[in-house]
Amino acid sequence: MPIKALTGNEAMAEAMRQINPDVVAAYPITPATEVVQLFAQFVADGKVDTEFVAVESEHSALSACIGAAAAGGRVMTSTASQGLALMHEMLYIASGLRLPMVICEVNRSMSAPINIHCDHSDTMGSRESGWIQIFSEDSQEAYDSVIQAIRISEQAFLPCMVSLDGFIISHCMQGINELTDTEVQEFIGEHKTPYSLLMDGHPFTIGALDLQDYFFEHKRAQIEAMENVLPIIKSVGKEFSKRTKRGYGFFEEYMLGDADICLIALGSCAGTAKVAIQELRDKGIKAGLLKLRVMRPFPYKEIVSALFNIKAIAVLDRSTSMSTMGGPVFIELRSALYDNPVHPLMVNYIYGLGGRDIFPRDIVEVGQKLENIKRTGKIEKMIDYIGVRE
Amino acid sequence: MEVVSTIFPYTAWNVPYIHSAFENSAATISGVEAAYKAFKKKGKIKKKLNFIAFGGDGGTYDIGFQSLSGAMERGHDILYVCYDNEVYMNTGIQRSSATPMGAHTTTSPAGRVIPGKTQFRKDLTEIMTAHDIPYVAQAAPSHWLDLTRKVEKALSIKGPTFINILSPCPLGWRYPPSQTIEISKLAVESRFWPLYEVENGKHKLTYKPKKEVSMEDWMKLQGRFRHLFTGKNKNVIKDCQKQVDRKWEKLWTLQS
Ligand SMILES: Cc1ncc(C[n+]2csc(CCOP(=O)(O)OP(=O)(O)O)c2C)c(N)n1
Repeated sequence: MPIKALTGNEAMAEAMRQINPDVVAAYPITPATEVVQLFAQFVADGKVDTEFVAVESEHSALSACIGAAAAGGRVMTSTASQGLALMHEMLYIASGLRLPMVICEVNRSMSAPINIHCDHSDTMGSRESGWIQIFSEDSQEAYDSVIQAIRISEQAFLPCMVSLDGFIISHCMQGINELTDTEVQEFIGEHKTPYSLLMDGHPFTIGALDLQDYFFEHKRAQIEAMENVLPIIKSVGKEFSKRTKRGYGFFEEYMLGDADICLIALGSCAGTAKVAIQELRDKGIKAGLLKLRVMRPFPYKEIVSALFNIKAIAVLDRSTSMSTMGGPVFIELRSALYDNPVHPLMVNYIYGLGGRDIFPRDIVEVGQKLENIKRTGKIEKMIDYIGVRE
Repeated sequence: MEVVSTIFPYTAWNVPYIHSAFENSAATISGVEAAYKAFKKKGKIKKKLNFIAFGGDGGTYDIGFQSLSGAMERGHDILYVCYDNEVYMNTGIQRSSATPMGAHTTTSPAGRVIPGKTQFRKDLTEIMTAHDIPYVAQAAPSHWLDLTRKVEKALSIKGPTFINILSPCPLGWRYPPSQTIEISKLAVESRFWPLYEVENGKHKLTYKPKKEVSMEDWMKLQGRFRHLFTGKNKNVIKDCQKQVDRKWEKLWTLQS
């Protein structure tokens, strides 16, 4: 397998090239612009067979993707932040019409104040839109996940967004283990739909008005489809690891086996957290990390069982919910643990908004505080902020 | 359109049909057409297919304006049909940029100080012409042969085409439904809604009005203009007439 030095954006664009979708409709936005540019060049150089639709907005990008997917095409796009927000209306329509497609998303904060750097408020803002959401720690994961996302999405008949952290990953070079073009094609197989607008001899209506007598059943079916996503992610991940030796589940457990305190993180911060965990271990603190990969659907049963022996948990959220009850991962995990016979102590650290850096020493400090919480059983501050001037 | 033609589990369409949202039929069909092109290139589809998008004046002149402009500029092989009833009817008679000056709507109501809509309508047909697409036309249901000929012509032309069809609306314009065709006819005769086409940049009138019908003649049949016939509001009718004359003159020079 060839190894290439690629940035996160290049890695995602490369995956798109190898996937060779029927239609890509996209609009540029920092820090995801490169994905669109690189792909446009692949089209111009004849390296893909894709119809590239250089739309005039993200709303139209996703609308065109919806049209193309309904026509039976394999469809992809890329965006970030304001772009994802502008797609918001169409995100629900893509998932509600059960159309498979993949967004290569680059995490960036939501304006205002305007800022182009990383946090997860864009993707978290669309977490209830019916899309499968996969976060990536680094470029390799993003590359691998984009390829898997095609299979997952097409099998589940639900759209999927794979995200990586803006600038931190999108613009940083990393050695990527690539699959060959043939391997990717073999892995994703041909896109098949049971029905489509362009199906011959069968006029098909999609997007009908669905009133009180049917809407609820269709939504219920959509929820069921989401419930069925986890086994699909598992089996696709397994098959992928057979070829690549790179295993993918719903989350990664790092030194969690014998740990009694646990940090939860998603995205690039997980890499930083791994360094911190080592340091904490050197200090004799039995810390572990659960790196969440799949945010939607939320693999709550699996997470709860992975945390069975944990006495205290610190959730690192790179976005906040304005409920004032903490960040989205914190809130969901707390709810997931409700039925557990033992309730670990839980704290939430909001960090990195608008691209504020987080360092291993910050996370070591979190670990030490968490160790203290475990010892004393006392939580002074349930929700705290890392590195912010109060 | 989806509201009347596709109430699940029924559909009135005997051809493939998609509705995705209100403001994006041009962008949605761009995607369908792009997928078609991709399949053609790969030999998965051989048949020639027509792609037609529909939008009301609200979905076309206003909220879908950008989506339409983008699709036209990109040159998709599609026909976009605007059924222009000069008002948002789905939500209950709100003004659009296609609403004529003076018309009462629920968001441009005629009141004690404001006599209905205070702006002229947007000339979308000419804006589409400015996109330099191969075919643009204006049509009306009263002249149905002209209308069907325009649709056939648009479909025979490769590239983006646009037809703006005046669609008189009894409820929104306030007249008895039996007068729909008459109102459409008078809109054409009064030169308020000229029937013309623009093929490769060349304007051509497809019908030359025969009768002298004034804006007043046309407006008095419609309840939405009722308040203009009292007191100083009559000036609005004059302004409308001036605007129609000015635009007609311009069109006349363009076509000759
Ligand atoms: C984003 C969005 N905003 C508002 C609406 C509400 N809405 C539905 S139809 C409509 C007006 C439609 O007007 P027009 O396009 O002229 O069609 P008509 O109802 O007259 O046939 C509006 C405002 C919507 N569906 N979506």
